[in-house]
Amino acid sequence: MYDMNRVESAVTQDEIKISAHNVQVYYGEKQAIKDVNVEILDKTVTAFIGPSGCGKSTFLRCINRMNDTIPVARIEGEIRLDGEDIYDRRVDPVQLRARVGMVFQKPNPFPKSIFDNVAYGPRIHGLARNRAELDEIVEKSLRGAALWNEVKDRLQEPGTGLSGGQQQRLCIARAVATAPEVLLMDEPCSALDPIATGQVEELIEQLRADFSVVIVTHSMQQAARVSQKTAFFHLGNLVEYGETDDIFTKPKDSRTEAYISGRIG
Amino acid sequence: MTDATANHAPEARTRSSLLEQDERTRRRNASEKRFRTYGAVAICLAIAALVMLLTSVLGNGTSAFFQTYAKIEVTLDPEVLDPKGNRDPAEMSKVTTIGYGNLMKKAFPASLQAAGVSTEGIDDKEVGAMLSKEAPAQLRNRVLANPDMLGETIQFWALANGRIDGYLKGRVSMASAERDGNVSPEQLQLADRMRASDMLEKRFNWDFITFPDASELRPEAAGLGVAIVGSAYMMLIVLFLALPIGVAASIYLEEFAPQNRLTDLIEVNISNLAAVPSIVFGILGLAVFINYAGLPASAPIVGGLVLTLMTLPTIIISTRAALKAVPPSIRDAALGVGASKMQSVFHHVLPLALPGILTGTILGLAQALGETAPLLLIGMVAFVRDYPSWPVDGFFEPASALPVQVYNFTTRGDPAFVERASGAIIVLLIFLLCMNLLAIYLRRKFERRW
Repeated sequence: MYDMNRVESAVTQDEIKISAHNVQVYYGEKQAIKDVNVEILDKTVTAFIGPSGCGKSTFLRCINRMNDTIPVARIEGEIRLDGEDIYDRRVDPVQLRARVGMVFQKPNPFPKSIFDNVAYGPRIHGLARNRAELDEIVEKSLRGAALWNEVKDRLQEPGTGLSGGQQQRLCIARAVATAPEVLLMDEPCSALDPIATGQVEELIEQLRADFSVVIVTHSMQQAARVSQKTAFFHLGNLVEYGETDDIFTKPKDSRTEAYISGRIG
Repeated sequence: MTDATANHAPEARTRSSLLEQDERTRRRNASEKRFRTYGAVAICLAIAALVMLLTSVLGNGTSAFFQTYAKIEVTLDPEVLDPKGNRDPAEMSKVTTIGYGNLMKKAFPASLQAAGVSTEGIDDKEVGAMLSKEAPAQLRNRVLANPDMLGETIQFWALANGRIDGYLKGRVSMASAERDGNVSPEQLQLADRMRASDMLEKRFNWDFITFPDASELRPEAAGLGVAIVGSAYMMLIVLFLALPIGVAASIYLEEFAPQNRLTDLIEVNISNLAAVPSIVFGILGLAVFINYAGLPASAPIVGGLVLTLMTLPTIIISTRAALKAVPPSIRDAALGVGASKMQSVFHHVLPLALPGILTGTILGLAQALGETAPLLLIGMVAFVRDYPSWPVDGFFEPASALPVQVYNFTTRGDPAFVERASGAIIVLLIFLLCMNLLAIYLRRKFERRW
């Protein structure tokens, strides 16, 4: 279960970036998330694990209000980003999403050039005053996503022409380019082969220096490799939340133990 | 598998040779073969219908693009054609076609004699009747366009009478001429002699495309010009009204509108509107645009508005389908980097839906182009000989439309109009073909992978 190349797992930060309090999510009549309380630290990789349909992706999508696009979804409780309630009436979700970037399960580059994919966020948020600054942001983001060397000579080629792993790193570069504070990743490696997965995992470790990263994953090995904190969800409940090492070596809850030892899920 | 189901499982099949088909396989293969035959028969029937349609239309209509002309040497007498002598086209236009007709009446027998074609047995009046009544107008237009020709003797190809034209195309025979009050066998014999000395020939007929409609008595001069202009104006109106309104409505309904009873009702009604018979839209246009709003009858603006109403549901339905076909992951991606709803639609969804939208629009336009029934009700069936002026004024002036022109030609008695109706259908089909080709081209051009 424990890979040799797992990253430094000690939690070095104690600054709280996101705090959720009594969060309930309903899809119509069905309650998908029950009473979730969690505090996510800054500059830390937090992994959400749990069996399919346990609500981990739903909770992740609450953090940047992507659930707003689902008409039947209803959210109660509060989620605070740097102490501000993101579900306050005065909050514009568009502004929020510029600060909380997201990478999706399936690589979804825009059908545009590699350059335009990365430059889109900075363009709509007005982050670059001129072409030179934009070029700089694009290069920095692509370097940050460990993709620069592979694509620097073909920035004008379509992003959809890259391989799956490259596309996902392009999506990470696109998310990074808007200079978010939090990066949400919804099973970013589920559509990738082991080599591409390794590259993305390495990348996540580097991203920790600048962002608070929250990653949803089905792979417990991956959670153990990349994260410092782990939250285990089961049937809409947050069962256990703690340091990754503790969750995997001495789980407090019997359900957590059952899941990590492969008996449920 | 549980024990319960295992007990009910069918007994193991007796092993048979793979080299021979068992009963079941034979039956399955036979039914598959039957189905394939049905499909092939259906396609053959469709192709046969299409071939029959095209042969009939092309067979009848191709001759409309060729017309018989007679060669005349005519001296343009300034005394008659420009009495004031100042070569001012405005002054010269006071001389009517009667003046030109008199000139031609004298010139035609004279040029026949000069060419050595005998006119024995026919008086000059009958010889003159072999020319179209439109021929003097033809000459007049030519002189007015170029007044410097006055005084010269010019060679002029004048339109021949419809019956003479019919004789060259095989529609009129000596036997039918015996019974026909409009043409005599002697005239046909003269036509034969003229042909022998190259005074009479069939030439490609641009006038069929450029001339306006003509009266029942001169089928040889009837053209599609006004109908083509009218149809083009209406298509412009439909394009500029239906495309923006339809696309805006679809984007709102698909991307922004809340999901509730009201939007459901609107959706159902749009689908229903697409199925409303077109003549109902004609009655609506008559009641609303002409009687209530007071727009002029027979004008392309009214036709365009009615066809817009008719095309809108088609465009809205195809646009919504195109928008729906854009994968949601693209929307998520745009929202995920902090684009607003509108930015995600206009920067990402709309460009991807564009090929579908354009295809739907062009097919809607093609449908509108061929629509006849509503136009009959709003007076586009009127006999219009004057070209409408340039847009926008031209939109409010009387015009005809291609499909209505086809209908008009078919209602006339003279058999010469049969070929003209088929010819008009060919022009209409060429227009439709071009629009469909454009749709295919645009779809290929804008189609992108994602």
